[in-house]
Amino acid sequence: MSGSFAASLKQLWHKLGSPRWFYQITHNWVRGFGVMAAVMLVVGCVWGLAFAPPDYQQGNSFRIMYVHVPAAMVAQSLYLGMGVAGFIGLVWRMKLADVAIAATLPLGITLTALALFSGSVWGRPTWGSWWEWDGRTVSTLVMLFLYLGIYALREAIAEADLRARAAALVSLVGTVNIPVIKYSVEWWNTLHQPASFTLTEKPAMPAEMWLPLLVMVLGFYCFAGHNVLSRMRLEILRREANTRWVAELFAAKPVSASITKES
Amino acid sequence: MNQLLQRELTSTLRTRGSVTNPLGFLLLSLLLFALVDPGAQGGQGSYLSGIFWVLILLTNLLSLDAMFRRDFDSGALEQMLISAHMPFVAVLMRIFVHWLSSGLLMTLFVPLFGLLLGLESETFLPIMLVMLVGTPALSLLGSIGAALTVGFSRGGTILALLILPLFLPVLIFGSACISAAVSGLSFAAPLTWLGLFSSSSLLLAPWATWAALKISVEMQ
Repeated sequence: MSGSFAASLKQLWHKLGSPRWFYQITHNWVRGFGVMAAVMLVVGCVWGLAFAPPDYQQGNSFRIMYVHVPAAMVAQSLYLGMGVAGFIGLVWRMKLADVAIAATLPLGITLTALALFSGSVWGRPTWGSWWEWDGRTVSTLVMLFLYLGIYALREAIAEADLRARAAALVSLVGTVNIPVIKYSVEWWNTLHQPASFTLTEKPAMPAEMWLPLLVMVLGFYCFAGHNVLSRMRLEILRREANTRWVAELFAAKPVSASITKES
Repeated sequence: MNQLLQRELTSTLRTRGSVTNPLGFLLLSLLLFALVDPGAQGGQGSYLSGIFWVLILLTNLLSLDAMFRRDFDSGALEQMLISAHMPFVAVLMRIFVHWLSSGLLMTLFVPLFGLLLGLESETFLPIMLVMLVGTPALSLLGSIGAALTVGFSRGGTILALLILPLFLPVLIFGSACISAAVSGLSFAAPLTWLGLFSSSSLLLAPWATWAALKISVEMQ
């Protein structure tokens, strides 16, 4: 019956906003993501660094792609996630949306910096210079500054509710940059090669090269899931420290494996 | 809408300092560049156009801080937020008047700047066109940052950190336009991009500014 289905969907949506429910349900997800991330990153690294064939033009230096591409993809996805969380926070005023933004920032900043750094290192032997001003490098740099700006904004506002709304607004406004990063290689003649993975075509690389890349990308995504969820859980514990359910959590299991592992 | 416009214009004309000071800053800093590097004059296209636009950006940044601050301090901003019949129009009028006193004013002074920098007089009109198309985007995007940071006591640097990433595309295409114009090539493509930024921010930025103003007002 559509009536009760819609009602239960609405209930699920509002349940998602409950920090306690979120904390309980993500307990297994964190562990699952962590294990999958560890496995995939190890497999991907070894496969990509040791077993994938060397590129006929770039030789072995192309292997930094196995770090650069996943880092860049996940950094963009994290920003998009922050934008969505910002939208949800502004429209539905969910506290959890702000928790999500706060939790995504550190990893987002790190991965963007890693993408820029690894790209620079990759560019040195291939393009001949440490840095080139093309569409994608500039817009990724813009994304880094957006991340840093949101971080600085959060540090500057003391009141929690206003901090949440301001950060949500800037996250949302900055989302226009993401299509620019993605499509910059199509819109302009740039040094950057076009996307490795598209939804409609086979990758231009042979399977021995793009399979480890796929594994690394998925591994990075799983790691992002693990990291963001862990930080969200920690932030929830901090914010809800005065509630009964948190007190019970600590009283019942003094040396709880679930709590000490994620700190 | 007329009343709003009149109010904003009167208020701006009364605080002439906030209009003339940024303009003076632009003039002086261009002078500095012209003095330091005489070789940069006379159509050294990209170097010059980049500097020109960077200085325009920085000048805009200076004038943005004052956009909402006086009304914020006096409480008139809160009144506007409560009583505005059409929020979009109210904010747009404020931004429009700011653009009149910054972007448009800078555009009108381009011949003087061109003389200072040793540009040829044929390039003045193209440069003015480029600025006419590009500076509204600066006022519009800048208003979002100005609205967010008006509540901070020492918010100037955060304003720069938030706004400059949004300004970067305008900078890139603006300086591409000017370097093409100075070299005598067609600048239609970057000009169209500038037009895209200005028109899309015209549609979207006032809403974001409105939301930011509502957040800032609660920070008092």
